[in-house]
Amino acid sequence: MKWETVIGLEVHSQLSTQTKIFSGASTAFGAAPNSQACQVDIALPGVLPVLNKGAVERAIRFGLAIGAKLNRTNVFDRKNYFYPDLPKGYQISQFTLPIVETGELKIQVGDEEKTVRITRAHLEEDAGKSLHEDFHGEDGRPLSGIDLNRAGTPLLEIVSEPDMRSAKEAVAYAKALHTLVTWIGICDGNMQEGSFRVDANVSVRPLGQAEYGTRREIKNLNSFKFLEQAINYEARWQIEQIEDGHKIQQATVLFDPDSGETRMMRSKEDAHDYRYFPDPDLLPVKLDEDWIEQVRAGLPELPQQKRLRYQNDLGLSAYDANALTASRALADYFEAVAGGLAKPDAKLAANWIMGDLSATLNREGLDIPASHISAAALAGLLARIQDGTLSGKLAKQVFEAMWAGEGDADAIIEAKGLKQVSDSGAIEVLIDEVLAANDKSVEEFRSGKEKAFNALVGQVMKASKGKANPAQVNELLRKKLGAE
Amino acid sequence: MSLSLQDVQRIAHLARIRVDETEAAGYQAQLNGIFGLIEEMQAVDTTGILPMSHAQDLSQRLRADVISEPDRRVAFQAVAPQVENGLYLVPKVIE
Repeated sequence: MKWETVIGLEVHSQLSTQTKIFSGASTAFGAAPNSQACQVDIALPGVLPVLNKGAVERAIRFGLAIGAKLNRTNVFDRKNYFYPDLPKGYQISQFTLPIVETGELKIQVGDEEKTVRITRAHLEEDAGKSLHEDFHGEDGRPLSGIDLNRAGTPLLEIVSEPDMRSAKEAVAYAKALHTLVTWIGICDGNMQEGSFRVDANVSVRPLGQAEYGTRREIKNLNSFKFLEQAINYEARWQIEQIEDGHKIQQATVLFDPDSGETRMMRSKEDAHDYRYFPDPDLLPVKLDEDWIEQVRAGLPELPQQKRLRYQNDLGLSAYDANALTASRALADYFEAVAGGLAKPDAKLAANWIMGDLSATLNREGLDIPASHISAAALAGLLARIQDGTLSGKLAKQVFEAMWAGEGDADAIIEAKGLKQVSDSGAIEVLIDEVLAANDKSVEEFRSGKEKAFNALVGQVMKASKGKANPAQVNELLRKKLGAE
Repeated sequence: MSLSLQDVQRIAHLARIRVDETEAAGYQAQLNGIFGLIEEMQAVDTTGILPMSHAQDLSQRLRADVISEPDRRVAFQAVAPQVENGLYLVPKVIE
């Protein structure tokens, strides 16, 4: 039987505010334990939450960026459960009336574009951290340590429809979402620090069946690699279970990166009963139109808009346009290089950025903002290709010297004498020398051996130390051999 | 709608409140009394009326995103039952 995997993702994206969602404590990462946990965050009796405008504004920005409906009135609810890193005994979240509803995100999977619908995005607070290290009471019983610095950090939980059909699509969506939230500046996207965490709802069904199968939820995946591995493992496991005659039970599972397997955390029977109800400590949030328009006006050109513009106006392929919009920094760099050329040639700029520059950055483990070669400097190099000063091969040499910090393109060309020779008189002198010294090749060429011609071109190039314009060498050589 | 004794025990468990059998019977009667009132209220026609999420018809005030809370860990932890290396210590819980 052929099976189909169905995947929906829930992404917790940490908002890049200075302070907590309901208190004025700092959200900076890595501070000493509990040094950024104020009376609201540790839930002392009598304290009240006050909503952070920066968090609401970031949620609006996201809603606008995915073409979603913004609920002009949205409401905070209490989600009740007991855990030591949640000192209030409830998490403040949005349940019935979230701030963002029904948007969509376009993703590129191979050569195909696909639309993933986003059901909702709601604001909520993060919990603290439990450290299950070796703490013991005086009587020897084991204890856990609680750090509440993260408690109250603003999160935007972004829930997709079950629109993805493979781990690859799920990863493409997660990456596109990661690009978008960092692009519009609402999240720093740092996955090691937990700023972008993914839960995957996975089910399988016979291909062609309309109803969904029973799903299991894989919690807290903090890398794209683990997301892909976990979904692939889980789908295979579910198919095997069904083929062996078992039924899938709804459950929450964890992915173990060491074994590459998922294992059950809790079954549906002990699923939480959160008893949501509107938080009486918080009034409904109203979004006024002026504010929304102000936020809209501050949005940058979005990845999807840039992709279309690169294809339609600059003539780039869908693949190039997609690759160049992987991050805002990369797109900005590309536009600065392309814009820095006197003779517009977006394809030339794209080729160098995705070719030599990307390869060099990858090799050194750097991101585009850390490039040794500025956009203006790269444009300077490309201009020398365009005006015929440099051949492609010489340009690579200059590029390497630029990366090594030897100066800009013109200085390096001058210092190393790398200027391409395009003076036909000078090239003809070289050709005459080579022809005189290579009777045998000349004869072979005359008897019809095309290979001999290439050998002669090679000799001329060598005589010029690689600096002769190859196209001109070809042309002049052919003329000379034909004329004689 | 009325609650069974089992419902009462389940709610007590979710709220982490220990309730013995006699107490449970008492709570059952009280809670069912409240449900009776709700049932009476449900006779009112509420078609076309938006549910309220708060008793006051006001909207939430927003705070500027500026750090205003200093580190008061020493004061907070002075009243905590047990602390170590800046962490609050609690009986070990692993889900």
